[in-house]
Amino acid sequence: MNTPLAADGPGSELEVRLSVNGRQVRRRIEARIHLADFLRHELQLTATHVGCEHGVCGACTVRVDGEIVRGCLVLAAQVEGCEVTTLEGLDATGAIADLQQAFVRHNALQCGFCTPGMLLCAAELLERAPTTDRAQIRDHLSGNYCRCTGYHAIVSAVAEVARDRLDAAGGVSNTTV
Amino acid sequence: MKPAAFAYLRPDSIPAALEALARHGPDARVLAGGQSLMPMMALRVAQPAVLVDIGRIQQLRGIHATPTSIQIGALMRHAELLGSAVVAERLPLITLALPHVAHAAIRNRGTLGGSLALADPAAEMPACALALDAVMHIAGQAGRRSVAASDFFQGLYTTAVQDGEILASVEFPAAIPGDKPFFDEVSRRRGDYAIAGLAAVRKAKHEVRLALLGCGDRPQRAPKTESLVAEALNCGQQPVRSDIRDALRADLDPPSDLQADADTRLHLAAVLVERASKSWLKGDTP
Repeated sequence: MNTPLAADGPGSELEVRLSVNGRQVRRRIEARIHLADFLRHELQLTATHVGCEHGVCGACTVRVDGEIVRGCLVLAAQVEGCEVTTLEGLDATGAIADLQQAFVRHNALQCGFCTPGMLLCAAELLERAPTTDRAQIRDHLSGNYCRCTGYHAIVSAVAEVARDRLDAAGGVSNTTV
Repeated sequence: MKPAAFAYLRPDSIPAALEALARHGPDARVLAGGQSLMPMMALRVAQPAVLVDIGRIQQLRGIHATPTSIQIGALMRHAELLGSAVVAERLPLITLALPHVAHAAIRNRGTLGGSLALADPAAEMPACALALDAVMHIAGQAGRRSVAASDFFQGLYTTAVQDGEILASVEFPAAIPGDKPFFDEVSRRRGDYAIAGLAAVRKAKHEVRLALLGCGDRPQRAPKTESLVAEALNCGQQPVRSDIRDALRADLDPPSDLQADADTRLHLAAVLVERASKSWLKGDTP
């Protein structure tokens, strides 16, 4: 969608249309509303957490057109016409049920604040790099803060899913769990 | 925090964007990927009255290869460049440096032009542009002009792009066989801004180009250190670290801040130059 769009003055509103978890939504919002607030306040999709709100912590990670982004660093107006997927949407497909179970099994969460962002970030790595190893997992998750677990259990959970998915596909894993 | 209120314009062509910038003057700021501007607005370091979102302008995208150069549209995202076979083959320094740019989610949105036009002194792409002698093509209402990387970065967050102009594309001379790129940096956390970093190339004719990041108010070449390293390598010798540090001290005047003081930065820069020299020397051994 390439249409010119304008909210003429500071504080003025504009209409935004996008797809969220497969559903078309349309809202009038202030231009300054970022995607994470849009999801939480306009659509009541509260799995997307707002932590630092300046791009450091990764708790607000969502997918835009299939790629992970920081929900706090993207304006809702910028993703007009895009497909947004939140943890609610990913959860509903069952595509990360194994990852969620591995997080529970490994105690990869305590307070759970970072978990939605961790799951979205890890899910992308597992899709794109099935033969991933612990170093690559750490690298990919490096933009997501966890203040409870010390990360080790999270890396183990992701590594286990990588190994199990590869086993199921008949491949050879590169990682230790 | 939330950004202060602003007007939002999303022009669909370069002329429309330039017209919007002309109409709003210094009150307007260009929004590309927003991965630096959005945090600055959230922290209210930046409070533009008007945001001109250039993110949908197709003319600002694309990679065009010629026999001698690679021209990259300003809106090309870091992740797109990291996945580009043309960039990997003909601009290997960029491919080495890109994994150091922030984190995966930020590389999916952040753009090459945005990084260059912001000119953060600790950012990777400006140092690569300097090391590679890139040329920036800038669009304005008066027409296009081109500025060499050595003239483009003019100080802290300051470039040759004037109010009312847009960085449209960047042209990099393509690597030639025998060029040896090197990139490394030191940061507190993977993906954080570097305390010190080095984008470097040893050219096939044994000229050495070193561009340091995080060691000044802009990315900086280090001519004395380049001569020292080139001479040592051409004699098959590893330059001595204390000599590297003395040369860097003559070339640079690094800042002291909460992350590191000036001496630490010089030390880290010397370590990085030493690593580059070792990698080049190793490559020379048959």
